[in-house]
Amino acid sequence: MWGLCKGSGSKPYQTVVDVADTTGPAYKCSCPSRKFPCKHALGLLLLWAGDDGAVPDASAPSASAPDASAPEWAEQWLAGRRTRAEKKSGTGADAARSADPEAARRRAERRAERISAGATELEQRLTDLLRGGLATAERAGYGMWEETARRMVDAQAPGLASRVRELGAIPASGPGWPMRLLEECALLHLLDQAWLRRERLPEPLAATVRARIGLTTTPEGPPVRDRWLVLAQYDTADAKLTTRRIWLYGTESGRTALLLSFGAAGRAPELALPVGLSLDAELSPHPGGGQPRAGLGERFAAPEPTSARPPGLGPWEAAAAYGTALRDDPWLDSWPVTLQGVIPTPVGDSWQLADAEGKSALPLTPAALTHPGRWKLAALSGGSPVTVFGECGHRGFTPLTAWPDPAGEAVPLC
Amino acid sequence: MTSTGTATSSNNSANSPASWQEWEELVTSALLGTERRTPPVAVPGKDAPSALLDAAAAHTVRRRAGLCAAPAAAPPALATPDARPVLPTAARNRLAMLLTGRPGGGGGGRRGAAPDLTELLPQWLALANEHGYAAPPEALPALLDAARARTDLRPQALAFAGPRALWLARLNADWKFALRATPGGAELPAPEETAEVQRLWEEGLFAERVALLSAVRAHDAATARDLLATTWTTERAEDRLMFLDSLRVGLGDADEPFLEQALTDRSRNVRATAAELLSALPGSALAARMAARAATCVALDRTDGKLVVEAPHECDAAMERDGVTPNPPSGRGRRAWWLGQVVEATPLASWSARLGDRTPEQMVALPVADDWQSELHGAWCRAAVRQQDAPWSRALLGTPAAPGASGPGAVSLAERAKLLAALPADERADWVAGFIAAHGLSEAFQLLGGCAVPWSQPLGHAVVDALNIARDAGSYPWSFSGVMGLAERCLDPVEADRLESLAAIPDEPEDGAPGAVGYWSEAFQRLVSTLRLRAAMRRELTGT
Repeated sequence: MWGLCKGSGSKPYQTVVDVADTTGPAYKCSCPSRKFPCKHALGLLLLWAGDDGAVPDASAPSASAPDASAPEWAEQWLAGRRTRAEKKSGTGADAARSADPEAARRRAERRAERISAGATELEQRLTDLLRGGLATAERAGYGMWEETARRMVDAQAPGLASRVRELGAIPASGPGWPMRLLEECALLHLLDQAWLRRERLPEPLAATVRARIGLTTTPEGPPVRDRWLVLAQYDTADAKLTTRRIWLYGTESGRTALLLSFGAAGRAPELALPVGLSLDAELSPHPGGGQPRAGLGERFAAPEPTSARPPGLGPWEAAAAYGTALRDDPWLDSWPVTLQGVIPTPVGDSWQLADAEGKSALPLTPAALTHPGRWKLAALSGGSPVTVFGECGHRGFTPLTAWPDPAGEAVPLC
Repeated sequence: MTSTGTATSSNNSANSPASWQEWEELVTSALLGTERRTPPVAVPGKDAPSALLDAAAAHTVRRRAGLCAAPAAAPPALATPDARPVLPTAARNRLAMLLTGRPGGGGGGRRGAAPDLTELLPQWLALANEHGYAAPPEALPALLDAARARTDLRPQALAFAGPRALWLARLNADWKFALRATPGGAELPAPEETAEVQRLWEEGLFAERVALLSAVRAHDAATARDLLATTWTTERAEDRLMFLDSLRVGLGDADEPFLEQALTDRSRNVRATAAELLSALPGSALAARMAARAATCVALDRTDGKLVVEAPHECDAAMERDGVTPNPPSGRGRRAWWLGQVVEATPLASWSARLGDRTPEQMVALPVADDWQSELHGAWCRAAVRQQDAPWSRALLGTPAAPGASGPGAVSLAERAKLLAALPADERADWVAGFIAAHGLSEAFQLLGGCAVPWSQPLGHAVVDALNIARDAGSYPWSFSGVMGLAERCLDPVEADRLESLAAIPDEPEDGAPGAVGYWSEAFQRLVSTLRLRAAMRRELTGT
């Protein structure tokens, strides 16, 4: 469709919108606005949506305005777009053709070789470190780890690189650091060794190792359609990337799934699902043993309110669930768990989530203690039991969403 | 308990003492280096560091997998249930928005056309309290943080936040203020619980006792006075002053004996406060004594119809006992100073009999001999304010159109604002509307601040008309930012439609300040959008 809009200048703005394109609507306007789509295009769309025949359709002149076929400028743009689109799909097809299995296999092999070289180098560095003692790591400071991390980036193993970078922060993390550093070094060593011997691993574990090393995985499993309850959504950011994690619970399948989406640093990722609503959609799990990550497939309806809640566990069962999950992925830091009937309880400077019988409890992680969500959780409880979804791991429990008992809406804590 | 800082206890077989000891040896060996300390694990054909890492990995995963729940600590006390009805969903979302809204809302420090959300929070809270809604628990932390940052919000915010906020404040040192600042809060016993009240009064901290006394006084004036009398003689002078001050609420003739006794207090400040309170009771003996003194000072000369003033020649002990301060501040004559205090403490009703059954208007209109007019009228103004006397306030204010300096009371802007407070709300609004119509907005800020919210229709019209005139006169809107801000908060939201036309950008007048037209349009847009927002707020809370 097209239109002319009278602006403050002498010449009216020429505005075209193409809604026939399958990749989404496209806009073109002669106004100088840098907003996209500009207000003229939006106005045109509103007119078009609101009143039949008010806006001439470029491709099929309507009966009410038979002479309203698109003017030359609109046709030109449209034609240009269509040609470009065809070209693009053409090159896409070319790419697909060129990606014959043989070449793809060769590329993957080259990358695997590079990663293996990186893992071997990292092993060497770890043994050197242990030979000289972790105390030297404290003296060498952050620079040593940064340099190692860059070597791992060069080796195309981003998973190893980020683990190495985290090692660098441990010597400054307060009392008990040698122990934490040894733990993480040992797990890194475990990952190196697992990669170097991946052929001998069972396939699900090998897939987990590949994902931990940093090879991109794509959803492979058969799509699961369900009413997914949005349990939590939160962002973490580093210098380059904003990562959004969305936890979902399939109210029919009983599965818990994790959606990851990414945005450039400082910008929110596109996918946003409101906590507490339920979404009728298909999810395809990523490969790997017991891991919850999935890709979002078709959505069948907009998210809608629901009274559904995930079934909850007690503190004992939650700790056991994390332990069980380590069988499939020993590098797991935490596992998604819903605690039912727990009371947020202050213990000295720290807090724990205690079961209503006063028998067992899970402590909050040090990070969760400084997060304002802790006070929301305490306020919601008021000393009474609540249902809390969060991540349970070796550092403690991170509460993400809470529901008042016995009924009430979900309250996001992050 | 492990010492890893993980704080989750690990007490099953996977984490036995023997295993723990081996792990500690691994850590020591790793810290010092395998060359200096041979690790306790040796695998043939493997170098020591690799063997150490293998063993450490197994230990780490095993310990994590074997983590158990920790023993539970004693749970916190239950928060007092909040019986108030739950907030409607739309209002709850609005509250969240108001609490997270950033002031200004625009770059560069200049306010754009967007409403200032933080300024609307007090109104929202007042409205929610009026309807008696309970605060949603998840909003309490943000609400307490807001009240912590802004003391003016505290009474409303804490009333709305309710008992659970006090429960929460006991767990977080940042919110301690909530426990101090709530008279009648859960911390204080109910005024009816006599024994509890008596115990807290005798054992409580000063702040708690002040809060307790105010709460009891608001509930039952006599009980509070009796409570105070039980310990009066043993209190410190500063404390006596504060306690006496809390008797202002619900002051009545029954308080006279107690106050009369306080006139002989050791502390001068206590004596002065007691005298001030007594003079606000027109039927008190002190008021009668003052009236007698004033009668000797002011007389009507029958021959020329003028008021003749003969100020007191000395401040005797009796006058001092009745609260007259003998020494004037520098720059004021002693006799005028004494006269002012005597007239101020004299019941205004006594003047009518003294000055030939005249109305306040007639008395204020009487000419005063020998330049005593400003002293006398000033003292009458203070008396009208203290005694909250509407007819006298009306007479001393004069007509709103009269310029300040030549008004009948010759009163300053600040005194006028105080006198207005004694008038009924409608009359006050009408008077201020008349003042704005006559004098414009430049001096109206203080007077507007005392008017009831939302502004009455005549007052609202007067302000909008005056703003319109100011715009047409070509000045910049930020010269009126104070009044604009007030208007955003106080105008009746129904005025929004009338204001809409003003928000359009008219042609720039030739003699106006450059760019002013655009700024005015922006200011009016903000005014309109704020009014709309307030209307929406009210709808969400009242359901109408």
